[in-house]
Formats: sequence, structure tokens, C-alpha cells
Amino acid sequence: MIEFRSVSKQFPDGTLAVDDFSLTLPSRQTTVLVGSSGSGKTTLLRMINRMVDPSSGTIEIDGADIAQLEPVPLRRGIGYVMQDSGLLPHRTVIDNVATVPLLRGVPRKKARAEALTLLDTVGLDQTLADRYPSQLSGGQQQRVGVARGLAVNPNILLMDEPFGAVDPIVRAELQQELIRLQSELGKTVVFVTHDIEEAFLLGDQVVILRDGGRIAQVGAPAEILANPADDFVASFVGADRGKRALHLERRGDSDLLLDSEGRLAGVLVEPRQTAHSPDPQAPR
Amino acid sequence: MTWFWSNLDLLWDRTLDHLILSVPPILLSFLIAVPLGWLANRYRAGRGVILTASGLLYAIPSLPLFFVIPAIVGTSLRSPLNLVIALTIYGVALMVRVVADGLASVDKDVRQSAVAVGYSGWSIFWQVELPLAGPVLLAGLRVVAVSTVSLATVGAVIGAQSLGSLFTDGFQRGIQAEIIAGIVLTVALALLLDGALVLLGRVLLPWTRLAATDRRAVRVARIAEASA
Repeated sequence: MIEFRSVSKQFPDGTLAVDDFSLTLPSRQTTVLVGSSGSGKTTLLRMINRMVDPSSGTIEIDGADIAQLEPVPLRRGIGYVMQDSGLLPHRTVIDNVATVPLLRGVPRKKARAEALTLLDTVGLDQTLADRYPSQLSGGQQQRVGVARGLAVNPNILLMDEPFGAVDPIVRAELQQELIRLQSELGKTVVFVTHDIEEAFLLGDQVVILRDGGRIAQVGAPAEILANPADDFVASFVGADRGKRALHLERRGDSDLLLDSEGRLAGVLVEPRQTAHSPDPQAPR
Repeated sequence: MTWFWSNLDLLWDRTLDHLILSVPPILLSFLIAVPLGWLANRYRAGRGVILTASGLLYAIPSLPLFFVIPAIVGTSLRSPLNLVIALTIYGVALMVRVVADGLASVDKDVRQSAVAVGYSGWSIFWQVELPLAGPVLLAGLRVVAVSTVSLATVGAVIGAQSLGSLFTDGFQRGIQAEIIAGIVLTVALALLLDGALVLLGRVLLPWTRLAATDRRAVRVARIAEASA
């Protein structure tokens, strides 16, 4: 469990990036921080592994104040995946994945063997192990980034817009992959994005941020969509328009669902047992 | 040509002398320039001072330097060590800026992500910044190597035996072949050291060779990904 208590961050240039932010991030669930640029979401994420130290307030991980912990060992115990993968261009794929275990003193042979297994975990072919990052596609690089984040088997995985720089098809694929991984591994994931669709897809808990890290609304995707706290949230999640604002229309024998533009979105059917279809709202 | 063939021993000896005079300054200037360049890159306030001061070293004329060095270091006026020190000073002058620029060329995102996954201060320098600055450092070192080999010929004036001795001797005795041999061998030695550095770069910086094949590899990877 990660707890923010009245955390503020003012940068030396005077910008108040985060103003009195308090939040509990439950263990083994995915919390998505979503907001536009300037909402302080990345600053909040970076506070968790002390890349940024708060100006005031405290952050606790499982009850321990992280200000009392040494930054380097703390970071080595937390997975971190960033946009553009952040891989070391001069290390091969396998060495990139094994980076943190090697820093922690795991013997080279063991670290590499475990890294190979991790390539499987994230759906990468082991023949890519000896390539350099520049020889991979954007999607493959992100998978390597995720594998590196998982390499020390951390309880916490921080993800800073990890799928922001890949094309929509690969992004959708990586998102499904993350959902699958999370259902197997059950990490405490903190995910930052500006894409509300991505937030609703991945988040157990979604935190919608205004400027300065002020929380507009916190809740499960369904709660936020059903009861937006205010106009800002409603317009941000698009609950008042487009394909999110559906209405029923009876035509002949069937109930049709139409969006706010009057475009057909689907038909209303009786719920039936679907054993294998993935349900984005099912608890993970 | 007859002079050339009948003096092979002399030419070989002078080439070895020249190599022995040139290699230490190349290595020393690199070793001295790395911490100075690091300081210049790390502390913005010191950057201007360090870069200007080290750059100005190159403006010192070599002949006076050969007299000043013995006075400061206490070597004898005709010691080859004077030449090694002078050449090191010129090498440092070229190399400090290269190191500072090389370290500055390291992608900030890569550095950030190295911090984020838990590299400590020094391990970032040794394992991330220095190797990634490698291509720039290598380019600078190649210039230093070639310029050192060429400058080392001046040593003949203060009596340090080198390929430069072939010029002075050739001039004094009017042997044109000796002068030409000196020039050709100096250029050849410079090319040899340059080639050795390029080879060293291939061994130490294997990822830089990919640049040319990258685009093709990425295209293949994309196709593989799309069909997966």
C-alpha cells in the first residue's frame, strides 16, 4: 500500500506542481493517475521512488516513510517503466533486463537466465536477447522496458506513459498484455497517462487530476462514468457526449443504443453467461 | 630509393622512438582530460573557465615550452620527458572540450531512466555516461593521436630522437630521400595509430556499428511483429 499524506511539491522556479495531495493506493491493484500536462501526474509518480522529493507532506510504502529510506536501494526495489522505454542503448536486450539484478549483486549467469525467462513473460522471442535496443521496434522496446521493470520481482511497478509513443494497434496489444500480466502477477501498479480510455481500461482505481495535482475525482471507472463529480470530470471523461452518452431507442422489436450524435452504438440484449470473454470491469 | 633500402635499420629505430614518444602523451591526455571534462560538464560555473583555460594551452608555442618545462619539472634540457609533457599538454587542450561535449551528448532520458532504476552516482558515470560518450571521445582521441604523432617530430629540435630527426639530419646533410622517408613514415604512423583506435572502438563500442543496419533491422522487426 502506498499512502500520500498532504504532499506538496514546489519546484525551485516557483511552479507548484503538486498542492496538498492525499491518496491511498491499495496493494495489488492498478491505480491510474490521469490528467493533462501540468496536472503533476508524473511528479507524483516520481515521488514514489524518490526521483523527486516532496517539499512537504509524507509518502509511506507499507507504513514506512520513504523519506527515511536511501533513494538508491529504494529505486532498485521498485520497477520503473517509462515512455520511449528508457533502455540503455549500449547494452543488449538481455543485459538491459538484467540491469537491476546485476546492480543488486546477483551473479551474472543467474541474472541472465532469469532475464531470458522474463522475455517469455512479456511475450518476446528469446532470439532477440542479443540485439541492441535500436534494432527493435517501438513495441518490442516497450516490452523489454516492462521486463526490466519486473526483473527484481518488485511489489510496486511505476509506469510513466509507457505506451504513449507507440502506434495505436501496438498500444492496444501492449495494454491487453499488461492486463494479462497483472492478472498473473498482482503487482501494485501506478500508471500515469493522459489518455482517459487507457485509464478506464487498465485502472482498478482511477484518479482524475486537475492542474497542480488537485484531485478532481477518485474511483472505479464505472463510478466515475456513472457519477462524475463535476462538469470538469464529466467533460474530461466524455460522459456527456459521443460514444459515452448513449440513449435507448425502440425500433420495431429491438432496443437500439445510440450515441449523442445519433449514431448506432449497439443493441440491447439480455445478459447471458459468457465464460471466456474478457470483461474489462472484472476484478483483477 | 637506394638510401632508403640501405638505412632500413635507422628508419625502423626512429619509427619505434617516435611511437614510444607519441603513445604516452595520447594516453595521458585522455586520462587527464576525462576528469577535467567531467568537471566542466558537471558544474556550469566552472565550464567556461575550464574549457577556455584548457583551450588556451594549445596557443603556447612549442619551442618556449621546451625550455619552461625543465625549469618547472626539473628535468634536464635534453630529456625526452620534456617532449612527452609538452605533447600531453597539447593533447589535453584538444581533449577536455571533447570530453565535456561527449558527456553532454548523452541522452537525458537515458540518464534519467538509469537513475530511476537505481544506478548510483558513480555507476552512472562509469556504466552509462562514459560508454555512451564513447563515440565522441573516440573521435576526439583520433584527432589527438594524429596531431600528437605530427607534433612529436618537433622533438628533433631539442634532441629527442624521433622521425623528426630524419628531417633535421636530412636538411643538414642534404639527403632528400631521408626527408621524404621521414614525412612518409610520420603519415604512416599517424594512420596506423588512427586505425588502431578505430579497431579499439569497434571492440569497445559494438552498438555504434549498428547505425547503418538499424533501419533495415527495425523494418524486419516491424514485419515480424505485425505478423505475430
